Amino acid sequence: MHPAISVILLTTLIGAGQGLFLALLAGELGARFGAWAALPDAFVARAAALALALLVAGLAASFFHLGRPLRAWRSASQWRTSWLSREVIALPALMGFVVLYGAAHFEAGAMLRPYLAWIGLAGAAACIALYVCTGMIYACLRFLQEWATPLTVLNFTLLGAASGFSIAAALARVDGLGASTGFALAALALTALGLLGRTAALLRNARLRHKSTLATAIGIKHPRIEQRAAGFLGGSFNTREFFHGRPQAFVRAVKWSFLGGAFAAPLLLLGAGLGQGAAIWFVAAPLVQWGGLLLERWYFFAEANHPQNLYYGAIA
Amino acid sequence: MTQLALVIDLNVCVGCHACVTSCKEWNTSGPAGPMGDERPYGEDPSGTFFNRVQTFEVGTYPNTQTVHFPKSCLHCEDPPCVPVCPTGASYKRAEDGIVLVDYDKCIGCKYCAWACPYGVRELDEQQKVMKKCTLCVDRITDATLPAAERKPACVLACPTRARLFGDVHDPDSEVSVAIREQGGYALMPEWGTHPANHYLPRRRTEITVHPDELMRVDNPLKVDGKLPRPATGAPALDDVTTW
Repeated sequence: MHPAISVILLTTLIGAGQGLFLALLAGELGARFGAWAALPDAFVARAAALALALLVAGLAASFFHLGRPLRAWRSASQWRTSWLSREVIALPALMGFVVLYGAAHFEAGAMLRPYLAWIGLAGAAACIALYVCTGMIYACLRFLQEWATPLTVLNFTLLGAASGFSIAAALARVDGLGASTGFALAALALTALGLLGRTAALLRNARLRHKSTLATAIGIKHPRIEQRAAGFLGGSFNTREFFHGRPQAFVRAVKWSFLGGAFAAPLLLLGAGLGQGAAIWFVAAPLVQWGGLLLERWYFFAEANHPQNLYYGAIA
Repeated sequence: MTQLALVIDLNVCVGCHACVTSCKEWNTSGPAGPMGDERPYGEDPSGTFFNRVQTFEVGTYPNTQTVHFPKSCLHCEDPPCVPVCPTGASYKRAEDGIVLVDYDKCIGCKYCAWACPYGVRELDEQQKVMKKCTLCVDRITDATLPAAERKPACVLACPTRARLFGDVHDPDSEVSVAIREQGGYALMPEWGTHPANHYLPRRRTEITVHPDELMRVDNPLKVDGKLPRPATGAPALDDVTTW
């Protein structure tokens, strides 16, 4: 598949926004159970605003993927069958809960405080639902075998949550809050779990046997079939949308870069921050991780081999 | 239930692309607006087509077969492109099973193209909506046309009659008989999409010739033997010439 920048930005940004909101809820829950001092209202409001900004930025990026963005409002209608439609509903719903949750921590939003637990609960549910929707958009395409696995949903969730928690750790550390250690430990654990999940997906896909072959694609049972003509001389939508067009060495380089950028480097940075305590490690971790996740998402698309590519064997 | 479909005879297709050009001609002139072309006379021309003819070589030289393979939307009975559409622009008509795109509802998100294993949906670079074969729905339902012309443009254009059109749910239709009697098959059956369009396989054309058909057992020359040559002085049959 051709990795679209708009979708790479959408999935990484909203994943981090969801993760940050989940971290915020976990932080307030932790404070209630006495794990650390209560989070200051200003911190919660600022973090919720950042989570909202990430979600809005992701939504804005998604519009660049559309041929007809002005008709985007129609895309909420098919929630009965389409995971994309469900995502379109879950994302603004989550934004609404983030706004309410953040507003409750302002003076003006004080009347929302009694319902804070319910808003948080509903927001957490919307977060999880959005992770599932985003993952299922890819995992439900059964013939895109690289994506059609529960690991896709798991990894979207883990990687989004990990990047969100490391942002929370950085924000809390800059404000000098005790909760930053908890956030950083959670980010560390989620990044490690994400590494496990992503490695499992990589290993699975390396051993994948594609069900479709050129023989089933054109229905001629012969071991040696070669394409002589694609039906046109220049390019077409089929050759642009489904091929990344990069050499294998480049794709392999991206794979090792994202394993370093999204997992190894943030683990080291968070570890250094926890050990040494300087804020710079905590601030660097989410930035490096986001860069790594951009590469991870690029690889996610480039790795997927669409069966329609069988009809363009002369190009691949 | 009606399920309109094409049946394409690979044994007959000569790869002339008449179906491609007639499809483009009919559908680019239709009410849905033109099928966009980019740089049609440039170095790297590109454009929207509902139908493409590809060519494959099967086997190893000298035992090769050149297979011309026309490919358009297969109008699957269980189309994976329809449920994924977030706007409902992509739909399958209940009355005749044609899979269509409502160009006024399509947002051009390309998700349906990802969800089609056959790669038959193309985003129009000018209108920015997804386009695909309509089985010439505006033509086959046009009651003002003579009944013989109410067929997709590609079917009418095919000079070798490699393309048949009809209802694959009617067991007595031309297409059903062809599928049944000539081994019609569907593409990528492994995904359970149940394509309505079928392909008829290559067939080896052989004539069985028995020795007695080359050498007649009742050949009068062989039965009677060669007649003896008459003597030089013998009279000829008509008494006119001798040899």
